[in-house]
This record gives sequence, structure tokens and C-alpha cells, in this order.
Amino acid sequence: MINDDDIWILGINMTKFGKRPDLDTVDLAAEATMAALADGGVTMADMDVLAAGNLMGRGGIGQQLQKQVGQTGIPVFNVSNACATGATALRTAIMAIKAGEADMGLAVGVEKLAGAGLLGGGGEAKSDGHHWEPNGRYGAVATTDGRIGTDTMPGVFAQVGMEYGHKYGGADFDLFARISEKNHAHSTLNPLAAYSKRFTLDEIKDDIMIAYPNTRPMCSANCDGAAAAVVISGEKLKSLSIEQQRRAVKIKASVLTSDPWQEACQVLPDVNTLTKNAAATAYEAAGVGPEDLDLVELHDCFATAELVHYDNLGLCGEGNAVDFFESGAPWRDGALPVNVSGGLQSKGHPISATGIANIWEVCHHLRDEAGDRQIQGATMGLAHVIGLGSACGVHILEKSAA
Amino acid sequence: MASVEVMSDTATRVPLVDYLVLDDGDPYLVAHECTSCGARFFDRRNACASCFSTEFQIVKIPREGVLTTFTIVAFAAPGVEVPFVAGVIDCGGTSVRGNLRNVPADDDHVRTGMNVRLTTYSLGTDDDGVEAIGFGFEPA
Ligand SMILES: [Zn+2]
Repeated sequence: MINDDDIWILGINMTKFGKRPDLDTVDLAAEATMAALADGGVTMADMDVLAAGNLMGRGGIGQQLQKQVGQTGIPVFNVSNACATGATALRTAIMAIKAGEADMGLAVGVEKLAGAGLLGGGGEAKSDGHHWEPNGRYGAVATTDGRIGTDTMPGVFAQVGMEYGHKYGGADFDLFARISEKNHAHSTLNPLAAYSKRFTLDEIKDDIMIAYPNTRPMCSANCDGAAAAVVISGEKLKSLSIEQQRRAVKIKASVLTSDPWQEACQVLPDVNTLTKNAAATAYEAAGVGPEDLDLVELHDCFATAELVHYDNLGLCGEGNAVDFFESGAPWRDGALPVNVSGGLQSKGHPISATGIANIWEVCHHLRDEAGDRQIQGATMGLAHVIGLGSACGVHILEKSAA
Repeated sequence: MASVEVMSDTATRVPLVDYLVLDDGDPYLVAHECTSCGARFFDRRNACASCFSTEFQIVKIPREGVLTTFTIVAFAAPGVEVPFVAGVIDCGGTSVRGNLRNVPADDDHVRTGMNVRLTTYSLGTDDDGVEAIGFGFEPA
């Protein structure tokens, strides 16, 4: 049943993630875009709006992309929302359709990040030590990263996980390593993952420590990649072929939130409240609950982050994330598979592409096209991303009944 | 007399950040507290992020607290000495960010829930003879 007011994903694609030295940023975006258009059986001539995101490039990725795939004069929104940039691009295209200004829209996220190393940390140069000179809003006379806590992403998210452990207990180095073991095991079935090697628990724990309790395999992999999606109004979808209607995926909810003020958010970013808010709004909008989901792709930028999002997304009761993991539920043969793509730890995390790539993974299963890693009979899934700053995107997707 | 001493002191010592106060007594941290809702901020805010009010007062933060989370950073930006323990300390209801000092940087010695207190250290002296003072927390 297709309602005029519903919004659907008509075509979607992610490129192979990993090192792509042969392709530049726009090449990658073009590869995903042309594949998403072909997947939906449409062309640039059908697009009424384009939203695109890329954090590491020189800006204006939307127009740069048009030069390579088709300049039709449509409005372009270049979006930037940290690790939620891809989800924000998608949300922008969806809003344009909701507003009645577009029947079809294109959302693209792309990043060249292979070999980028550690993200966050360092900060701007302060006094040279010859003269202590106060700078910035804290009047700092020297760089505060490393002196007053850490700005590195692995360190920030390590604290997010350790805080959960302090509050509810049961979360230790071994548990976080086992979460990573699960995702790396899942990745062996994903040919598009940047890394698809299975690690033993000891290999994960004995690898290079980055920020305790996150060792290297417990951190998301910097890599190149792009993802693109074509979205369409229900009204327009009705005019397309039965085959297009059958493969289309219904967007039951599309939610974007930012972080509301919390007591401690000035010293440690609060990734919990905005995710809880986004999930609650999404479940309400979709008229479903976590028990209706067949798979979840959540933002496991670090093993320590995955744990807290079991709870934040309501996949378990409050404070029960450790029990949820121990039950085996998030493994691909468990009650609620989480990150069957391998997650960001192995699939890779080309920042702006991630928010659409997570949705591609869910769509792939809902269309029954996921091959060896297919979650059998999947009809509903959830995709979540979070960017520090902070921004959170949650999408709930449903298989077509056509 | 006291004010003269404070002035001469500030001429020779400067805090790493302006919310660390170095006067005659023990060093302490201060925050901008919203007079309307009580939200506290270590930096200045144009308006309160919680209630949008624009009135703030300076308040003293307790020197003792409880470690509520931490990480041991082993890999950092160039110029940052590793390993070090970064964490969040609940100082009487105000969350403070800081490094742990005077404790080995390993998970046998650092535990969430441990009691800690403010401590200071020297970052060195500049060409004018001014010493920069940083802060951290040590086991209490
Ligand atoms: Zn206030």
C-alpha cells in the first residue's frame, strides 16, 4: 500500500569502502550517485533537489558532483553535520519532498579519509612558551588537549563507554573487546567492507592500545567511500513500474536531533540524550517499537560507543546494555542483529558517507538482496548515526508490500 | 597589603586557563553560574545554554570529587605526552574535565568511583619569568 504522503527510497548505493587511490572525492561521489540513479531506474533529469555532504574537501561538493553527473539547475544544499552529515543530506532531501517542493530528490555523502590517522586532538597552536598569552574562551595559555583531558575521538568515546560502566556496572575491557569481536566477525560476509578479517578476542585485546579501553581494532577505520540515495514521494512512486515499487523501501521515520543542554555536556559530549530523543521520536512517528525491528545498524565509531547505543535506541531496558550483549542478541544469529555489515570498526567510516551507507545496509536486507549475510525475512530495520558537536540521525525503514 | 601580594603573584604566575584561580590560598576552579537556573559553565557564554538567561555569577568549585569516567590515552596528537589519564570528576555536582596526576596510568590504579582532589603543576617559565600553572586531580 503506497500512500501519497509517504516517502520512499527508490534507489540507493554505497561504493566499496577502503583505499581508493585511483578515485578522487568527486569520482567516488559520482560512482555512488550514478549507481543509485540506475538502481532506482531514474536519471538526473528526474531529480528536483540535491543535498550533498563532504567534510574534508574544499566545499561545494554538490555542485562539483553535478559537473560530473548532470547539471540541471536544481537547488543544491551542501550540508555539514559531523558524522551525521550523510543522514542530514538524506533528511534534507526528504524535507524538500515533504514540503511539496520536490517529487524526487538525491542525497549523497562522500569522504576521502584513507590514511587520515587520529581524528580530533591537538587544537590550535597557543603560546610558543616564550610568552604565555591567554587565548580563546578559556583564556588558555597553552594547548589544553592532553593537559585538561583529551580531544581525541577514541579518548572521548572511551569515556562515554566507561561512564556507562560506572553507572550500571559490568562493562570492562573484555566486554568492549567482545563487542568488537562480533563486528569483525560480521564483516567477513561483507564484500564492500574496508576490512573483512575475523579477529580472535586475544588479537583484539593484545593489539595496539589507542585510548583505553579501545585498542586499534575497536576504533572505526578511516577509509575512502561514498553513498547515495534517491528518495521519492509516495504519489510519484505510484506512477512508476511495479518492479520499482517492489524494490522501493518505505521511510517510516526520519529524525534529526542535536544535543540538548545537560550538566556535564561541556566537559564530555553527551551522545546519549540526543540519541534517546531521536529514537523516541522515530518510534512514535513510525508507530512501531524496538521489538518490531529485524536489524539495526548503529554508530559503532568505537566499541565503547556501541554499548551505550543499545540502551539509547531502546534495544534493551535502561541500564541493561551489558545483559543485552551477553544474551547474544546483537550477533547476526541473535534476537536483534546489530551491525551485520561489520559496523564502522570493520566496514569503515568515511565520515559523510556513513549516514547513507548504514541505510543502504538496512535496505539491502529489506530488499532480500544481501546474499550471504542476508537476515532472513527482514521487514523492518533502523539506521542510526551520531556526530560529535552533536547531531544524531535515526531512520526507520520498512520493506515494500508491493 | 594582601592585594599587593596578589598583584605581585599574578605578575609571576599565570593559570593554564582562566577558570583556575591562583591566589593566596589553595588553588581552586571557578565557573560562571547562571543566576536563573544554576547551570555552570567554565567558559563565558553569551546566554545560558539551558535557560537563555544572560545573568551569571562566579562560583567556586569544590576541590574534591569522584572520578566518574576515564580513559588512558596512549596515542595522541604530536607534542602531547602519552600515556596520560583523562577523565571527568564530579566535584559536588559540577562535572569537571581533567587529567589524573601522581598515579600510574594503568587500570590497576585508576578506577571509576575513586576519590580525587585538585592539584597543580608547573608548565614552565616564559622569557619574562612568568610561570604557567596547570591543574589536574590526584588520588585523595
Ligand atoms: Zn540558565
